[in-house]
Amino acid sequence: MTANVIEVNNLEHSYGDVKAVDDISFTVQEGEIFSFLGPNGAGKSTVINILTTLRKIQKGNAKVNGYDVATESKAVRRSIGTVFQMPCLDYEMTAWENMEYHGKIYSMPKKQRRERIEELLKLTELENKRNSLAKDLSGGMKRRLELARGLMTKPAVLFLDEPTIGFDIQTRMRIWEYLREIKKEGTTIFMTTHYMEEADQLSDRISIIDHGKIIVTGSAAELKNKLGKDLIYLETSDNKIAAEILRTLEPVKGVNEDLNSLRVMLGGDVTRILPHLMESIRQKGIEITSVNIKKPSMDDVFVHYTGHGLREGDPQKPENSKDLGGLK
Amino acid sequence: MSMGFGAVYWREMIKFFRFKSVLISSLIQPVMWLAFFGFSMSKSFDKLIDLLPSVPDVPNVGYLSYMGAGIIAMDVLFSSLFGGITLMFDKNFSLLKETLASPISRAHIILGIGLSGVTKAFIHTFIIIIFGRMVGMEFFKGYTLTQTLIAAAGIFTLVAIFTLGFLFLSGSIAISLKHPEGMQSVLSLFSMPLLFISNALYPSEAFPTALRFISMLNPLSLLAGGIRYFALGTNFTAMGNHYVYTTTDIGVSFFGLTLFALVMLSAALWRFNKVDV
Repeated sequence: MTANVIEVNNLEHSYGDVKAVDDISFTVQEGEIFSFLGPNGAGKSTVINILTTLRKIQKGNAKVNGYDVATESKAVRRSIGTVFQMPCLDYEMTAWENMEYHGKIYSMPKKQRRERIEELLKLTELENKRNSLAKDLSGGMKRRLELARGLMTKPAVLFLDEPTIGFDIQTRMRIWEYLREIKKEGTTIFMTTHYMEEADQLSDRISIIDHGKIIVTGSAAELKNKLGKDLIYLETSDNKIAAEILRTLEPVKGVNEDLNSLRVMLGGDVTRILPHLMESIRQKGIEITSVNIKKPSMDDVFVHYTGHGLREGDPQKPENSKDLGGLK
Repeated sequence: MSMGFGAVYWREMIKFFRFKSVLISSLIQPVMWLAFFGFSMSKSFDKLIDLLPSVPDVPNVGYLSYMGAGIIAMDVLFSSLFGGITLMFDKNFSLLKETLASPISRAHIILGIGLSGVTKAFIHTFIIIIFGRMVGMEFFKGYTLTQTLIAAAGIFTLVAIFTLGFLFLSGSIAISLKHPEGMQSVLSLFSMPLLFISNALYPSEAFPTALRFISMLNPLSLLAGGIRYFALGTNFTAMGNHYVYTTTDIGVSFFGLTLFALVMLSAALWRFNKVDV
C-alpha cells in the first residue's frame, strides 16, 4: 500500500457567515496527481491555502507529509512546493536568481541548490533563459519557471493552484507535458482547476467540488463509467414527452433535458440499444430530428453530479483573474 | 541557524545595483542638494553671519558644513521613508507571497530588508561626506585619523538606527495599505513636517516654543544634532548660535533614536504578522 501524503478530515472554513469549505475529507497518495475540479468560488483555493499553511485551519484536521498543518507548519512548509494561482516571480530578477532566492529561503546548501537549478532549468527547457529577467519571459515560460522553482527542494508534494489559468491551449498543453514529466520523477501533485480537460488529462484521481463540498471522487474513467458506457444526444419534435418515454425504458440510466436536446445515459452497448430506443419514441408519434452518439466527457460528469454546467453561476470569469504581469 | 534574512538581503542588494539609472539618480540627488541649495544658501547666510561678533576661542562653522549634517539626515529620511514602497509592490505584483509561504520567519524578512536599507543609507552617507569634503564641507576638521574613524563610526551608527526606524515605519504602512497612491500621500504628509520642524536645514533655536519642543523630539533633529556632534565637534558657533554638545546630548540622540526604532520594529512585527496573502 502506498502512503498518504495528504490526509484531510472534516475540514471546514468560513469567511464571516459564508461557508467556503464544508466538511471536506480526502486523502492523496504518494506519486499520484490529485485534482480538485470545480467552479471559481467552490472553495478550492481555500483548501490549498490551508494545506500550504498560508491560512489558519478553523475546523477539522489536515496532515501533509505526516505533519499537522496546525501545529507543525514549518515542517509542512519544508515538505512542499507551491505554484500560486497568480504569478509570483520577481520580474526584476533573472530566471536563475528567482530560483536561487527560493533555494536560499528554504536553506538549501549552496552546492545542492546550484545542481538542482541546473537539473530543473533543463527539465523545463529554460536553460538558455537563465539570465533573462523574469519580465522578459513569455507567460508560459514564467509558469514553467514557477514550476521549476516549486520543485527545487524535491518536495513531497507539489501544490498547483489553477496551473494553466489564462493561457492559450498550446501553452496549456505544453505545461501539461511538463507536469507529466514531473510526475514521472515521482512527485505527488495536488492541483485545483476549473478546466475539465485539464483534470481529465492529468489526474489519477479527481474530486468534484462545488459549494465547498466534495460531490464525488474517483479516477476520470471511474467517474465517466458511472454515467454509463455511452451518451446519446437526441433532438425530437417534443423533448418533454420523449424524455418521459425514455425514462421508462430498461437500458436507459438517466435522461437530462438540455436547452434543445436530450442527453441520454445508457447502461449498455449503444449500437444494440439505439434502434429499439428510436422505435419506442416514434411509436408515440414523436419525430426524431437528430441523433448524436458520444463517449461521456468530464463535462458530462460534472453536469451529472452538480446539476449545472461549470460556467453557470460562475461569478468570476477566468479572464478577470489573469495576471497583470503577463499583459504587455 | 537559518540564514533567511541573508536571502532577503541578497535579493534587495541585487536589485539596488541592477538598475543603474535609478541607482545613479538616487545618489546624485543628495549631492545636488548640497551643491545647489547648499551653495546658494551658504553665500547668503555667511554674509549675514560675518556681521555678528564671533565668540572668542570658539571656531565658527560655515553654513555648508552645518547643513551638510542635515542633508545626510534628510537624504536618509527620504530614502528609508520611501523604501517601504517596494514592499507594497512586492505584495501586489511580486514575491511577497512566495517569501511568506517559505519556512523563514517574518522577523527574518524584516531583518533582511532592514539591513539592506542600512547598507544603502551607508552608501549615501559616504558619498555625501566625500563629495561635501571636496566642495568645502568642513567635516572632521583638525581631527586625527583615529578621531576621524571614531567620529565616522558614531555617524554611521546613528544613521543605521535612524534608517531602521523609518524603514520599519514605512514598511508597516506599506504592508497595511493596498494602493501606492495612498502610500504616496501618507508619506508626503509625514515628510513635510518632519523636515521643516527640525534642525536639519536651519537652527531650531529661534522657533516658536511649540515647534521648538516638537523639533527636540523629532528623530531628524536627533540625527542631525548627533552627526554635528561627531563631525563638527562639541563646541562651535554656527548661524549665530553657540553650540556646546555634551555627552548627555549625544546620549539623548542615541537613546531617542533607539527608542524610536524599537517602537517602529514592534509596529512592523505586528503588521507583518497580520498580513494575509
